[in-house]
Amino acid sequence: MAKSRKKELRFYSGNEAIAYGALYAGCDFFGGYPITPSTEVAEIMSEEQPKLGGAFIQMEDEIASMAAIVGASLAGAKSMTATSGPGFSLMQENLGFAAMVEVPCVSCNVMRGGPSTGLPTKVGQGDVMQTRWGTHGDHPIIVLSPDCVAESFTLTVKAFNLAERYRTPVVLLSDEIIGHMSEVIALPEPGEIPLVEREAPDMPPDWYKPFELTSHGVAPLAAYGEGYRYHVTGLTHDEYGFPTSKPAEADRMLRGMMGKLNHHDDELMLYEEIQLEDAEVAIIAYGCTSLVMHRTIYAARQQGIKLGMLRLITIWPLQDEAINRLCEQVDTIFVPELNMGQISLVVERLNRGRTRVIPLNRVDGELFNPYDVAATIIAKVKGDDIEDDTTIPLEI
Amino acid sequence: MTSQQVKKLPVRVYEEWCKGCNICVAFCPTQTLELSSHGKAIVAHPDKCTYCGLCERLCPDLAITVRPRPTKNEASTVDSKEADDGKK
Amino acid sequence: MSDQAVTVSYLRSKKKYPSVWCPGCSLGTIMGALLRAVDKLEIPRDDIVFASGIGCTGRMPVYTDFNTFHGTHGRALAFATGIKMAKPRLKVILAMGDGDSTAIGGNHFIHTCRRNLDLTAIVVNNNIYGMTGGQFSPTTPLNHFASTAPHGSIDPPFDICNLAQGTEATYVARTTSYHVRPMQKIIADAIAHKGFSVVEIMSHCYTTYGRRNGFKDPVEMMKQEKENAVTLKSYEKKKAEDASYELEPGQFLTGVFVNDKNRPEYSRVYADLSARLREEQ
Repeated sequence: MAKSRKKELRFYSGNEAIAYGALYAGCDFFGGYPITPSTEVAEIMSEEQPKLGGAFIQMEDEIASMAAIVGASLAGAKSMTATSGPGFSLMQENLGFAAMVEVPCVSCNVMRGGPSTGLPTKVGQGDVMQTRWGTHGDHPIIVLSPDCVAESFTLTVKAFNLAERYRTPVVLLSDEIIGHMSEVIALPEPGEIPLVEREAPDMPPDWYKPFELTSHGVAPLAAYGEGYRYHVTGLTHDEYGFPTSKPAEADRMLRGMMGKLNHHDDELMLYEEIQLEDAEVAIIAYGCTSLVMHRTIYAARQQGIKLGMLRLITIWPLQDEAINRLCEQVDTIFVPELNMGQISLVVERLNRGRTRVIPLNRVDGELFNPYDVAATIIAKVKGDDIEDDTTIPLEI
Repeated sequence: MTSQQVKKLPVRVYEEWCKGCNICVAFCPTQTLELSSHGKAIVAHPDKCTYCGLCERLCPDLAITVRPRPTKNEASTVDSKEADDGKK
Repeated sequence: MSDQAVTVSYLRSKKKYPSVWCPGCSLGTIMGALLRAVDKLEIPRDDIVFASGIGCTGRMPVYTDFNTFHGTHGRALAFATGIKMAKPRLKVILAMGDGDSTAIGGNHFIHTCRRNLDLTAIVVNNNIYGMTGGQFSPTTPLNHFASTAPHGSIDPPFDICNLAQGTEATYVARTTSYHVRPMQKIIADAIAHKGFSVVEIMSHCYTTYGRRNGFKDPVEMMKQEKENAVTLKSYEKKKAEDASYELEPGQFLTGVFVNDKNRPEYSRVYADLSARLREEQ
């Protein structure tokens, strides 16, 4: 985020930054349901939306919240909801619907320990695979994961931009640590971060095909009530939106929908390479875990280990190019996660035996101690550990 | 049957849309309609029609239209027998 | 224009008719009444959102030339709430089935009643899940047969209008698919009502319900709707004459049960709050 002396500096929590980031992006509809640890987002929205002329509504559950933001988006709003694991589970049905009918919207999941009610006030990263495959059927999805308060703001703006550009739901995957930690940040001035506005149709209504396969994969989206009276259905549909079960049309629709995100442009595939230039050992991490790994890198390098990190900002679509490069470059990849190994599975699959992939898992509701991780990495790399193939016990 | 006489039929059934559900036939207060051997509604007794429009509103397939009630000066309907001939 | 011509003028030119519905299905009749009601009210079709959930009823919007929406099972009211709150000038009408609105969508139904957001819910009650092949729904009468109630239903049924009244919907009415003229008028009234309106339409599914329960055709089912409907007026009259008068089993009341114009409409209340806050700033 650009710094300016004139700007007011103050403490923001990650969740506050998400809410203000959404407002900066032009979010004018928020529908949500209370859940720890995401509720601050809804609280700020309830305060600010009516003052700004936008809408806030507390729905009866998360199923309805997700439905409401899809409806609002079809009426032309930039819409958002915020939740945590149990609520995100309930949203899967209509998240899939949003992907199917190609409606831009942002669903924020502030992860806590799971499964089920789990550890409501503690951190976890167990929803990574759910963000990708939580709803039934193949579908496109974009998932972004911030690792600090400032990035919670900027990435929320990006989430809205990508949703509008690709006509698809975007999941902002934060976690309890990032959501509840405070940082002094200066909010960007209006115009400082460019905003993407939805492409609206300009052809005569009779020509409009809301699900047309265009060269850039995304058809313009008309808001309800603007003269384009089209049909939206969760059924497999043709270019007009009418239900179809013809094999050729069904195939065209699904492949076209999935293909939207295959362009892999730089704006979509966000990642950060930290001290990877000379790295022989690497960490792949995201969210709160990547935040503390900076200290791990420092500690390992003090011991002469050339450790670097690939920080995933875009979690999905999968960063296959960046991960593949890393598999070629380093001897060992450590994947610390606050789950039983979700991204590490993906890394192993991409790796295909080229390098050693070691998952480091923590699921007790606490964040990694960077020095413990460093000690484990050092031991592993120097071959000090006796039982090579056992799971790494972390001092916790 | 001349085209002019056809025009005068009080009720018209659009065969393409008629699914032969029999609702118009059963609820017509004057038994104007019948189901043909092809399973489609036909105007069997046009002279009985009172132009009440119930069949038009009840038809689930939007396949029936009823003419406005004719003024007293107009000939009300075609001869029932002629219409019957027409359908054959 | 004849009634039929008016109705057909609201069908989509790109979407083929006849409908997917079985012969004798009441959904086409109800759609016709709805389209004529919209025509009477002279609402521009660009301003109408016609939304639905899943099931046979869910297939209604696709035929109509409005902004149409076919959502997920039971969620139509939640989607519609988002649409209406984001753009209150839109007139949002919903078509829902009995299972769609009171089983899987029951939570959304009662909370929409509570909020009093200006939406119109046409609940087509055919006492069964039709599209999936005739499983019992929350409105299947006791001891009636369904594909998942082969020994007769043991589940006590809902009275949808009572449910809507109990959760304070501001317009609640019931009619039948036979009573087309009152249906058209009630639907028009409901759409014009400022607040959440529920119109329950007693209808029939011969294919999956009638056949299992001794009806010989859709006509017989429709006749029963005609005979079992007791208007609220005649009920009240008879009740006044004889306090012990009760409906017979199978009979149901029709008419407008609630028409409360005093309770504020939700999007209006929100707009007022928003205006006040912006003035204070």
